[in-house]
Amino acid sequence: MTKEACQKLVIDIISDIAPDEDLSAVKTDVRLRDQLQLDSMDFLDIVMELRKRHGIEVPEADYVQLASLDSCAAYLTPKFQAKA
Amino acid sequence: MNASHYDAAIIGAGMSGLAAGIRLAHFGKKVCIFERHNASGGLNSFYSIAGRKFDVGLHAMTNYVPPGVKGTPLGKLLRQLRIDREEFALCPQKQSRIAFPDCSLRFTNDFAVLDAEVASKFPQQTDGWRKLVELVRTFDDVSLDAKPVSAHAIVAQYITDPLLTDMIFCPVMYYGSAQERDMEFGQFVIMFKALYLEGFARPLDGVRVIIRVLLDKYRQAGGERRMKSGVAKIIEREGKAAALILDDGSEITADHVISSAGYPETMQMCEPARNIEAESNTGMLSFVETISTFKLPPASWGWDKDTIVFFNDSDRFDYVRARKQVDTRSGVICLPNNFDYAGADLPEGLFRVTCLANYDVWSQLTEREYQADKLRWFLEIQRSARRFLPRVANEVLTENLLATDMFTPRTVKKFTGHLNGAIYGAPRKIRDGRTHLRNLYLCGTDQGFLGIVGAMLSGISMANYHILQKNPG
Repeated sequence: MTKEACQKLVIDIISDIAPDEDLSAVKTDVRLRDQLQLDSMDFLDIVMELRKRHGIEVPEADYVQLASLDSCAAYLTPKFQAKA
Repeated sequence: MNASHYDAAIIGAGMSGLAAGIRLAHFGKKVCIFERHNASGGLNSFYSIAGRKFDVGLHAMTNYVPPGVKGTPLGKLLRQLRIDREEFALCPQKQSRIAFPDCSLRFTNDFAVLDAEVASKFPQQTDGWRKLVELVRTFDDVSLDAKPVSAHAIVAQYITDPLLTDMIFCPVMYYGSAQERDMEFGQFVIMFKALYLEGFARPLDGVRVIIRVLLDKYRQAGGERRMKSGVAKIIEREGKAAALILDDGSEITADHVISSAGYPETMQMCEPARNIEAESNTGMLSFVETISTFKLPPASWGWDKDTIVFFNDSDRFDYVRARKQVDTRSGVICLPNNFDYAGADLPEGLFRVTCLANYDVWSQLTEREYQADKLRWFLEIQRSARRFLPRVANEVLTENLLATDMFTPRTVKKFTGHLNGAIYGAPRKIRDGRTHLRNLYLCGTDQGFLGIVGAMLSGISMANYHILQKNPG
C-alpha cells in the first residue's frame, strides 16, 4: 500500500464520521485537529473504524501518531502491509 | 455462545437506549434492547387517538443549532450515530417567551434576542448576567466526575434581582429539573445552553420522525429489539449482573447491561433488591398536560408569535411537587403550529399546556373520578395559561375545538415506568453511570444529560465509556 492510498482510507473514514467537514483541501502535514473540527469522540471513532473496516489496532498510547495525514500514513502503512 | 447471550443488553427503547444500541451494534457488538411497551421512545413516544397523532413528551427538541454550527451536542450526536442532519428534518421555532405578571422576556434561536431583552428590562443586572453567560459557555457540563454544586448558589453570585433569577430558572427547570427549587449547577448549564444559547426545533411530523431514524439505524447496524419484553429482574452474582429475568419468566445473559429505566427503578429490579438506595433517590415531580386540537391554527385568533411560553404568577417561582392535584400557578404553553415549517403547516391547530401535578392524588382515583377530574382540571389549566396569551373570546375556541386529550402523572408512569410518575427521574443524577454491580450501568434521564438530544448523548457516552473504549471488540 502506498502512502497516498493509506491517507485516502483515513480521509474516507473522516468523511463518514464528519460529513459536515470540507475535506477537499486538507493539508497532509498539518495536524487534523488544527484544520478540522474534530474532538476526542471523533478521534476515538477514527480508531474504532480502522479496527472495524481494516482490522488495524491502534493502542491508546499511539493515538498521537494519528495527528496529521502524514503521520497517519507513516504509522499505518506498515500495519496495512503487515496484513496484506 | 447461545442465542440468549449478548455482548450487551439494554433496558428500555427510549432515546438513550436506542442511541446506546446504535453505537454498540455499529461496532460489531451483539446487542439487544428490551422494551416493556409495544412502542419505542419512552417519555418521548407518540400515540394515536381517533386517527390523530400526538407526541407524548415532545414540545420542542432543544439544543437546536443551524447547519454549519459545530461542536454542540446536536452535531456530536449526529456524528456519533452517523445520522445526516436532513434526516431529522428539524424546523426552528419562531419565538418563545418567559411570561411573569409584570415582566416578560422573549427569546429565539438567536441568543442576542434574549441578551437584549435582559439588558433592556434589567439594566442593573446586565453586567452580572453577561458574566454568568460567559461562565455557562465555558463550563464543562459533560464531565463525568464533576462534584454537585447548587445552581442557585452560583447564579446568586452574578444575579441579585430575584425576578430575573426566577425568570431564568423557570424554563430551565420545567424542561429538565428532577429536583425541587434548585438544580445541580452542571444540569443548569446543560439546560441553559440547550434552551437559550442553542434553541428549539421540531420535525413537522413530530417525535416519530426522530424515533424512526433511530430505529432504522439500529436495525441497519444489526441490533436486535424485543418489544413487550420488559426486564423484571437483574440477578446479582459475585458483584456482577449475571442474568436478566424477563417479564415472561425467561432468562437471558449479557456481558454488559445498560439500564435506561431510571436509578430507583433499576435498583428495585436488582435481585437482591436495593430498596434503601431506591427510596433515597426517587423523584417526585410530575406533570399534567392538556392538548386541544382546533380546526384552524391558533394564529387565526392572534396566537401567531409564540412557540413556547413559560408562565408563572406567584411572587417567587415555586418549582415543587404540587400540593394540590395540579399547581396552575406556573406552567408551559406549547403552540406546535408556530414552528417555521418553511411553508408547510400541521393539518390542525394544536394548543398544549403543561403544569406540575401530584402523582399520589392522581394515582388514588377510581376510574370514574379520574375521568371527571381530568375534565375539571382541563378547564382550570387552560384558564390559567390563557392569561399569558393574547385575549380571545371563549366562543372562538369552542367553535374551533375538534378534540381534547390530557395526560396525567398516571400517563407518565405508563410511558416511562418511573416511580411517582417522575417525569425527569431521580433528583440525584449518576453522572458516570456506575452502579454497585460492575457490569451494570445507567443511561438516560438518571445519568443526567437532559432533553432529547441529551438523552441520546447519554446513551452514546455510556456505551463509549463503559463498553467500546474498554472492550474494543
